Amino acid sequence: MTAGPTRPRKQIHLAAHFPGVNNTTVWADPRSGSQIDFASFVHLARTAERGLFDFFFLAEGLRLREHKGRVHDLDVVGRPESITVLNALAAVTDRLGLAATVNATFNEPWELARRLASLDLLSGGRAAWNVVTSSDAFTGENFRRGGFLDRADRYTRAAEFVAAARALWDAAGEGPRSFAWSGDHFAIAGESAPPRSPQGRPVVIQAGDSDEGREFAASAADIIFTRHGTLEAGRAFYRDVKRRLPGYGRREEDLKLMPGVTVVLGDTDADAQERAAEIRRQQISPQNAIHALELVWGRDLSAYDPDGPLPAVDPDPESALVQGRVRHADPFEAAARWRALSEEKGLSIRQTVIETTSRQSFIGTPSTVAAAMTEFVERDAADGFILVPHLTPGGLDDFVDTVVPLLQERGVFRTRYTGTTLREHLGLAGTGVEGLTA
Amino acid sequence: MPAPAPLHLAAEIGGPPHDDTGRLVRLARTAEEGLLDFVTLADSFGGPGPDALGALARIAPETGRIGLVPTVTTTHTEPFHVQAGVATLDWVSRGRAGWRVDVSTSAAENRLVGRRETLGPAAAWAEAGEVAEVSRLLWDSWEDDAEIRDTSTGRFVDRDKLHYVDYRGTAFGIRGPSIVPRPPQGHPVTVVDASAAVSRDTAARHADVALLRARTAEEAAALGADLRARAAAHGRDPGALRILATLVVDLGDGPAASAPDGGHFGGSPAELADLIARWHAGGAVDGFHLVPLAPDTGLARFTRGTVAALRERGLFRDRYEDTTLRGHLRLARPASQYATTGGVS
Repeated sequence: MTAGPTRPRKQIHLAAHFPGVNNTTVWADPRSGSQIDFASFVHLARTAERGLFDFFFLAEGLRLREHKGRVHDLDVVGRPESITVLNALAAVTDRLGLAATVNATFNEPWELARRLASLDLLSGGRAAWNVVTSSDAFTGENFRRGGFLDRADRYTRAAEFVAAARALWDAAGEGPRSFAWSGDHFAIAGESAPPRSPQGRPVVIQAGDSDEGREFAASAADIIFTRHGTLEAGRAFYRDVKRRLPGYGRREEDLKLMPGVTVVLGDTDADAQERAAEIRRQQISPQNAIHALELVWGRDLSAYDPDGPLPAVDPDPESALVQGRVRHADPFEAAARWRALSEEKGLSIRQTVIETTSRQSFIGTPSTVAAAMTEFVERDAADGFILVPHLTPGGLDDFVDTVVPLLQERGVFRTRYTGTTLREHLGLAGTGVEGLTA
Repeated sequence: MPAPAPLHLAAEIGGPPHDDTGRLVRLARTAEEGLLDFVTLADSFGGPGPDALGALARIAPETGRIGLVPTVTTTHTEPFHVQAGVATLDWVSRGRAGWRVDVSTSAAENRLVGRRETLGPAAAWAEAGEVAEVSRLLWDSWEDDAEIRDTSTGRFVDRDKLHYVDYRGTAFGIRGPSIVPRPPQGHPVTVVDASAAVSRDTAARHADVALLRARTAEEAAALGADLRARAAAHGRDPGALRILATLVVDLGDGPAASAPDGGHFGGSPAELADLIARWHAGGAVDGFHLVPLAPDTGLARFTRGTVAALRERGLFRDRYEDTTLRGHLRLARPASQYATTGGVS
């Protein structure tokens, strides 16, 4: 039997998220190290590079989260400033992409475009920017200007911000380096563009699931960072976003969909399921279970027993109990759903929270996980994954040692870096989106 | 006889070409081989090369002891971002960060933001002082032992040791606390160029290290005495202010240009050692900030010639005795203002 010409298999893209200030991170585990020492960042980034990942991803904080008017103290609190850490990591890695989450509401295009172009220059073409926006006055209290914007304005500002940053990046290089941008939100001009970015433009990532967010990603992003629970939900999202691309003169392969996922490995699938359940119990401590309940109810529920039933009171939709994070759009609907689940399965408060706040996870032996990831990508539910480990800094060691070789055996993941820039790792065109005028 | 005050030496590593990371690493390592206290990297808001804070973060892991002092402008930047970036440089360098506070008063830089009235130098320096002040408050807003990881109560931090700064300045207000835990040095080192009269009061109030340009030792001593008197008037210990003379040096390796406003030296490395020893012995200054006209050759000549000569005379360290920039400068690590005053959270 002769092998006919085979279509190259769709390749999986992998990225690593530094565990951050949410209850995915299990800081109470004895293996959990520092969240701030540079050594933790070095370990995780080098692990990701050893695993030939596309990039390393950092979230951003602009104000410490609050609960009942005080700093929320049950999860990791505090983190370093992203771009500065990534510049330092550029010194201890060679190929790994370096992605910073930076808010477009509390920054200005020239300064941020320069800082990102600098990261790209100092890393030899490995910079990425995860564009996020903010709309709350709570965060705005730490900033002298910009304040806050209503929901509609923050997207128009973000879109114009990205377009202005691109105009600045494009002005670097050949010929005169002067530039001008004039729009609804910014009117800027200068004689000196940011330093030349080896990638042409740093890679742009968009996080978020709303319709405006999808449209923004289709028009201007190279990667969309999502969350979705199932293969079918992922496929629907994938189809929806990819079909928006031709409207902007772009090809399907110009935008990569990378959901954030967790991975739990075990010697057997049953062993992995057991570990996953234990990790969920660590993530949802009794205190965190009440806290999660208060996020939905908007009420002080500290008198309730986490191992007891859900409260009979209704949520308070006007509550200002929670600051610095998104509340459920409809707390009554969420509470009703939680109650139904609790009654159907006979779950306590803590068990209910564990069930309802589960993230997209791959759980099983390395072989099971490699097969499931391959299926997700081959069936177009994703182009790859941003792995969110629950331990700092060793949380990806097992994945890189056991799953990556299996993906390589399957022919769905690189066995060496073939390029030097993040755009090359991602298979993106030289300067990102073409045919789109600023 | 009291021991002579320690001599402090720093060097600028900026200037074109701006796009060569390897060059910056080499220059910083040369300065570190010479056991200098710190290197500075000049920058402006509209600077042509990579931003100085990013560039020094990039070279932090490739160096071990040398202090890293990027120029950071305060006029168009967000103070909250500035303090977080400098604190993060301190974390990634394990206690070697400083920042040279500067302002931006040009119309050209203003157009890069396109939203603010152009500030005059006096207003810009007053605002820079506010940024320095709120930065220290934010660095203190986490007490050193705020992270507790108390598994019995499920609490990661003791929130009684996190503090709102509630700063109200003339142009901005900040609620706090910082997003970044207190940096290793407590306060990264604040450096202000006090050469221009308009920046002098900001330097006296806020600087750990003041840079000044002078033509003679006498002029340097007079400017330094003025700074220390102002510092004392602001309630500071004037002995906790390090004063370094900025010298543009041409060690026979660059075009024999003269500096615009004094503070220029041309001659051999040994002659420069003589000058440094003379000024320092007279107590005019605590040390020198060298700006080589041609850093790629001049810095090595300075460390191998001038610094070696100073070391032979017993005037400069023969090894690093500390690991932090504050340690090199013999500046105490400050306690958090909130820890000492027990300020309300």
